[in-house]
Amino acid sequence: MVEIFVLTEHRQGQIRDITFEMLTKAHEIAGNTNAETTALILGKDVKDKAAALTEYAQKVILIEDQKLENFNSEFYQKVLTQLIKEHKPILTMIGHTSYGIELTPRLAAALNTPLATDCIDVNLENKTLHVTRQMYGGKVNVNAVLTQAESYMVTIRQAAFTAQKPQPPVNGQIIEKPSPLTEEPATKRFVQYVLPPPGGIDITAAEKLVSIGRGIKDQANMPIIEELANAIGAAIGCSRPIVDKGWLPNDRQVGSSGKTVKPKLYIAIGISGAFQHVLGMKNSDLIIAINKDPNAPIFNFSDYGIVDDLFKIVPVLKDKISELKS
Amino acid sequence: MNIIVCVKHVPETAEAELKIDASGKGIEKTGLVYDINEWDDYALEEAVRIKEKVGGTVTAITVGPSDADSTLRKCLARGADSAIRLTDPKFEGSDAYAIAKILHSVIKNMQYDLILTGLQAGDDGYAAVSQILAEMLGIPHATMVKKLELDNGSAKVNRELEGGLEEVLEIKLPALFAVSTGINEPRYVSIMGIRKAMQKEIKVLGLADTGLTEADVGEQGSWLKIEKLYVPPVEKQAELIKGSPEEVAEKIAEILKARGLI
Ligand SMILES: Cc1cc2nc3c(=O)[nH]c(=O)nc-3n(C[C@H](O)[C@H](O)[C@H](O)COP(=O)(O)OP(=O)(O)OC[C@H]3O[C@@H](n4cnc5c(N)ncnc54)[C@H](O)[C@@H]3O)c2cc1C
Ligand SMILES: Nc1ncnc2c1ncn2[C@@H]1O[C@H](COP(=O)(O)O)[C@@H](O)[C@H]1O
Repeated sequence: MVEIFVLTEHRQGQIRDITFEMLTKAHEIAGNTNAETTALILGKDVKDKAAALTEYAQKVILIEDQKLENFNSEFYQKVLTQLIKEHKPILTMIGHTSYGIELTPRLAAALNTPLATDCIDVNLENKTLHVTRQMYGGKVNVNAVLTQAESYMVTIRQAAFTAQKPQPPVNGQIIEKPSPLTEEPATKRFVQYVLPPPGGIDITAAEKLVSIGRGIKDQANMPIIEELANAIGAAIGCSRPIVDKGWLPNDRQVGSSGKTVKPKLYIAIGISGAFQHVLGMKNSDLIIAINKDPNAPIFNFSDYGIVDDLFKIVPVLKDKISELKS
Repeated sequence: MNIIVCVKHVPETAEAELKIDASGKGIEKTGLVYDINEWDDYALEEAVRIKEKVGGTVTAITVGPSDADSTLRKCLARGADSAIRLTDPKFEGSDAYAIAKILHSVIKNMQYDLILTGLQAGDDGYAAVSQILAEMLGIPHATMVKKLELDNGSAKVNRELEGGLEEVLEIKLPALFAVSTGINEPRYVSIMGIRKAMQKEIKVLGLADTGLTEADVGEQGSWLKIEKLYVPPVEKQAELIKGSPEEVAEKIAEILKARGLI
C-alpha cells in the first residue's frame, strides 16, 4: 500500500495543532490516490498520545526512546531517514514550524527527496506533486510542481488546513518500532527551554488592541498611537519588526512567534499582514486595518479597511473618538 | 574566527505594488528597490560583532546578478573583509536546493569556523537554503537563532519556538547558524566605511568555476519549478471606508460606538 507520512509535532507533552491539520489533508490526498495515511510519533512516553492519532490515520508508527524526549533534529533525521528508506512513502508531510524548519530541508537533502517548503496547498496527481506556496511576504501565490520522483517531501504552513476527524472513523492501528538510535548526539545537544519573562501588560487579556507595524517608521512617532489607544481604552500590540527594533517589549508582539489574541476590536496600523502576524490575530471579533497600500494582504483578513497614510488618519481618528465619547 | 555570511539581494516589496510579468512566472522587477535581505542584515551584523570581539575575517558571499554588488558593498562597508559573487545566466530559476549546491561548490574549498545565514529570504521565503547547505558541507546547523554565544569550539544558541518560547542548544563548531530578525541591532554604515568599501574588490565566479554542470543549476537542477504566479484569493474582503481623513475617522468612530466599543 502506498503511504503518506505525517510527522507528529509535540512539545512538552502536547501534540501541536499542525499535526491534525496535516493529517486531515493527508487523509484527503490518500482518498484521492488510493494511499494510506501513516502518522509518525517519536518521543519518550508518548504511547498515550498515539491514541489520538488513530482517529486520523490508518497507521501510527510509534518510536519511543529516552533520547527523543526533546526534539533534536539530528536524532529525528536519523530515525526518519530509516523509516522513509524502509517504507518509501510517496509523500512525507512535516509542519513549517520551528521544528519542521530545523529538520526538513536537511532531511530532504540527505535523502535526495524533492522538497517544497511552507506549502499552503498540496496535490498529488499521477504521482506528480503540485504545491501552492507564497512569495514576497504573502503578496503573491505560486503554483509549482516538484521534479518527478518516487517520494516527495513538503512542509505545511500552520492553519493552512482545518483539522477535521475523518468520517467514517478510521480507527488506525498502532505499530511500535524499536528506536534505531544507539549513540548520544554527536553535534547538537538540547540544553533547556527558556520561558519569556513575564511582562507588564497581557495583550491576550485586552478587550481592545491597537496594533502598530513598520509603517510607523520611527519610534518618535509612537505617541500618536498611544494617544489613539488611550482614546479607545485599548492596549498596544505590534508586529514583529517593532519588537526587533526594541520600540516595544516582546510581550506586545502579535503573531506566530508572539501572542495569539482574540480581542473584540483589533486595529492594525501600518501592518502588511504577513501570515505570521495574521496567525495571531485573525480570530479577533472586529478587525480594522489602516494601510496606505491597497494591496496589503491585511485587507484580506479585515472587516474594515482604510487605504491611506496612517499619519493623516490616526490623529483625526483620535479626535473623533474623543468627541463621540464626551 | 573565520566567518562566511551568505547574503541575498532582494526587492523590497512590503510597500510596492507588485505586477505579475508577461511570462506569468515572475514579477515585474522594474521600479523595485533592491537591498540586502532583512534576515541577512542581522547575520552580517552578528558576524562583524563576533569578529570585533575575537578577531578573524568575515567573507560575504552571494549568488546573484551584477546588481547584487551593491548588497556586497554594503557588507564590506559594514565590516566584511572580502566578498564573492557567484553569477551565471544558467543560475536563473534556481530554487533553494540549486542555490545551496552553488554556495556549497565554493564554500567547501574555503576555510571557515562559522557560517551565518538569514533564516529566510524575503522574496522566495523557502527557509531551506541554509539547512541544505549545512547537510552538503556535513556540518551541524541551527535555524531561527535568536542568541548566539561562542565558547571554546562550541556554541550555545537560543532557537525561537512558537509563542515566545525558546530552546537552548549546544552545538559543535564548525557550524552553520540561520539567524532570526532581532538577534542584534544592525549598525548604520559610516561614510568612511562606504568609501573604503568602494575600493575593495569583489571576486566574481561563474558556473565554470564551481565545478557544477548546467544540469545541477537553474530550473534543471532544482526540486521546484514555478508554473504560475497569481494574486492570492481573499479570505475575507475588507469593506473599504473612503473619503477625507475627517470622513473616514467619523465613520470608524461611529462603527465603534454602534458596537459599544467606545
Ligand atoms: C519564523 C518567523 C516568525 C515570525 N513571527 C512573527 C510574529 O509573531 N509577528 C509578526 O508580526 N511577524 C512575524 N514574523 C515577520 C513577518 O513575516 C513580517 O515580516 C512582519 O509581520 C512584517 O511586519 P509589518 O507588517 O509591521 O512590516 P511590513 O511588512 O514592512 O509592512 C509595513 C506596512 O506598513 C504600510 N505603511 C508604510 N507606511 C505607511 C503609512 N504612512 N501609512 C499607512 N501604512 C503605511 C506599508 O504599506 C506596509 O504594508 C515572523 C517571521 C518569521 C520568518
Ligand atoms: N542567492 C543567494 N545567495 C546567497 N545566499 C542566499 C541566496 N539565497 C538564499 N541565501 C541564504 O539562505 C538564507 C535562506 O534563504 P531561503 O532558503 O531562500 O529562504 C538567506 O537568508 C541567505 O542567507
